[in-house]
Amino acid sequence: MARPAMPTFLCWTVALGATLALAQAPAPATFPDQQRPAGDPAVIAHGRQLYAVNCKACHGGDLRGGDLGGPNLLRSQVVMSDQHGEAISQVVLKGRPDPQGGGPPMPAFPLSTADVHAIAEYIHGVLRDKQRQGAPPPGERQALNVLVGNAGAGRRYFKAHCAGCHSPGGDLRGIATRAADAGALQDAWVAGRPPVAPGGNPYAIHTDPKTPPTTVTVTLGDGTRVHGRLQRVDDFIVSLYADSGGYLSFIRDGRPGVRAVDIDDPMAAHRHLLGALTDPDMHDVTAYLATLK
Amino acid sequence: MNRHVIRDIVTTRLAATVLTALLLPAQAPAQTSTRMPAPALPPLLPPSQLSGPLAGSWPTYNGDYSGRRYSTLRLIDKNNVAHLTLAWTARVDDQHEAGAGPGGAVTTVGGEGTGDFPTGNPSVRGTVLEVGGILYITSTDNAWALDGRDGRELWHYFWKTRGGTHIGNRGGALWNDSLLFETPDDYLVSLDARTGNENWHVQIASLDEDYFSTMAPVVVGDHVLVAASNDSDAPGFLQSFDPRTGKLQWRRYMVPMTKDDPALETWPSLDAARHGGGNPWTPGAYDPETGYYITGTGNPTPSYTGVARPGDNLYTCSLVAVKVSTGEIVWHYQTSPHDTHDWDSAQTPILFDAVINGRPRKLVATAARNGYFFVLDRVTGEHLLTARFGTTVNWAKGLRADGAPAADPGKSATIPGSLVSPTEGGVTNFQPNAFNPDTGLFYTHENTGYQVLYLTDPDPRGSMGLGGKRFALLGATGNAFEAIDYHTGKAAWRHVWPGRSGVGTGVLTTATGLVFTGDTNGNLVAMDAGDGAFLWHTRIGNISNPPETFLIDGRQYLLAAVGDTLYSFVLY
Repeated sequence: MARPAMPTFLCWTVALGATLALAQAPAPATFPDQQRPAGDPAVIAHGRQLYAVNCKACHGGDLRGGDLGGPNLLRSQVVMSDQHGEAISQVVLKGRPDPQGGGPPMPAFPLSTADVHAIAEYIHGVLRDKQRQGAPPPGERQALNVLVGNAGAGRRYFKAHCAGCHSPGGDLRGIATRAADAGALQDAWVAGRPPVAPGGNPYAIHTDPKTPPTTVTVTLGDGTRVHGRLQRVDDFIVSLYADSGGYLSFIRDGRPGVRAVDIDDPMAAHRHLLGALTDPDMHDVTAYLATLK
Repeated sequence: MNRHVIRDIVTTRLAATVLTALLLPAQAPAQTSTRMPAPALPPLLPPSQLSGPLAGSWPTYNGDYSGRRYSTLRLIDKNNVAHLTLAWTARVDDQHEAGAGPGGAVTTVGGEGTGDFPTGNPSVRGTVLEVGGILYITSTDNAWALDGRDGRELWHYFWKTRGGTHIGNRGGALWNDSLLFETPDDYLVSLDARTGNENWHVQIASLDEDYFSTMAPVVVGDHVLVAASNDSDAPGFLQSFDPRTGKLQWRRYMVPMTKDDPALETWPSLDAARHGGGNPWTPGAYDPETGYYITGTGNPTPSYTGVARPGDNLYTCSLVAVKVSTGEIVWHYQTSPHDTHDWDSAQTPILFDAVINGRPRKLVATAARNGYFFVLDRVTGEHLLTARFGTTVNWAKGLRADGAPAADPGKSATIPGSLVSPTEGGVTNFQPNAFNPDTGLFYTHENTGYQVLYLTDPDPRGSMGLGGKRFALLGATGNAFEAIDYHTGKAAWRHVWPGRSGVGTGVLTTATGLVFTGDTNGNLVAMDAGDGAFLWHTRIGNISNPPETFLIDGRQYLLAAVGDTLYSFVLY
């Protein structure tokens, strides 16, 4: 599972490229009291067979609801609160003439106690594979086509908007083979960073060591200019590693020491692109770059 | 009163009734035989005192019920704010064992868990309460009382958790002599605020069903309002408990749970509605004139795969007015119909009165996570204004007839990817905003992140929870702070934070024309509320809770936290 541990309303920290959330101490995936011990494999295997015969048609092969209208069991409050079949058995043995969530009535299944227990153990076994933040267990990986764009149109867009800095035979040579997939290629070129390599974590954010650093020119009160690599800037301080060597920092609180701070961000064009790029143009350029193998 | 006495007495692990001993001389042996008749101490904070404007103390999450975070204190002003001085710092410690701790104060231990696994360092991510010179602080699984004069710890309470998402705790609530707070494993805990001894705890949601609890409870008379959170497909609800006994008074679901609910027509089925989310997980505002608790609600679920739930999905992503006495929903206004981006509308609403189009109005305003600013009549719920304040927001095509943003389906998660702003975190989030009636401006941070959002589970049944999507974060174009004019929804002034990294914290404003907040670069800053000019700053690190102010012994303090460390500033 490549997805980082990001609770839903913590994501804003990461969302902005900040390192705040990444700096959080990694919490255990689940707490001991929430870890349901794995059931007996033989019982679960028996339960799987019973499920296939009795339950699958309505509740689905993946337990997420089936064609005959049975509800998703993996988000069922009865299932989630059930410990060892005590709640599930009530439903199986008595049926649901008038389901709480609407939908078709469920008939009673006169199964033995052991069989109902096995079905419950199987369901809980699948529930154990549920992913963080309520996501379902990972199913079979589906091939989804990200390359819906027109490569020719993408090449034209590239020439008009990107060719000033990038070239297909230069820095982008073979870019398509360096990316894990078309999505990784798209993420990389829009953000202006190296693509996630095949087999890599799709959520990892890499920076290109070849990207020129952000530089700054600080104009002092007497007109002197200091230029160098920007180390940090906020409303109150600017600091840099000067071209002439050494670390310098300046208070910028309105006193006459600093007259101007001019930042030259080599990635400014990509940030400008974010507000200007349409989805069709984005898909076209991705289709074009996918040809650079 | 002498707080050292409290500490000594608590050390003896006596019951709360021994508070009588507060009147003992400092060195008296703390034995039951020395008990004196209980003096009638006045309650720390009778709920009747909560209806006034924010003044000397900071008794609730937002200081007062209006949610304005507008302090009427006048000692710190534009001329002298630059002379604020550090009064003290204090680090809270989450000692897990009962008894005396490193700070000299005594730890009381409660909870239903085993207590034998780590939960990380404590982090103060909620509002600290200040009443009578004492600070009441919470983090996940912890509560502390500190002396506001020097930061000395008076007591600590540690909760042995059963689990749940440990993302943060937004603070406690005081009711008479009780401190009430939620735990990640879904309990409401009542402590004796004078000793840290537990009065009772009750379960407020099911941990097995993936609920977790962060909200600062809201006390209204003899009601304490609580809610939980849930990332799975579970129904959201607001509950009212008796603050004396912990007995449930009512539970109000924020999605239809029965066939006769009129909101069901905004869902494809009752089953979808009953798994539809909408948790009202941020403390709301309260209007004493109408008795309405006005809260924002969470997003619908499954979050990103709206195919599972066609329709507007009421009452998710809405402002909802709930009658506190009964739990009845009086009015609602949906700020994000059929959200598909996890942008819940659980932002603290702000109440104020103003003349709109020549007519005096009682208003409620919110700057929603989806990047739109709304003003409504808070008595009737009538919609008055919608304005886009997120300058990068690109997910909607104008407004619907009812004033809500009209979502662009192409900006939901798609298989080839959609370029969307904001990111999952939204333009705003839980961090509380502020409103200053003198300037007429609504103060909020504005996040400007972009993402490429992919649909990874095209199953026609939808996915579950936050599943079925992948997003690539592309960075932000310039996170900002802005002052919104509620007449137009336009920014009267806007400041882009240099550096482009990080997110600001909550906001405080004052009757002396100041705005305090944490910037995106680790500074606690004071600005001129009129034009945003910087008047003071101090770099204490990434501020983890909203700044607040109160008066102790005639001095005005400014308090903020960075993780486990509190910083208290004062004007001498």
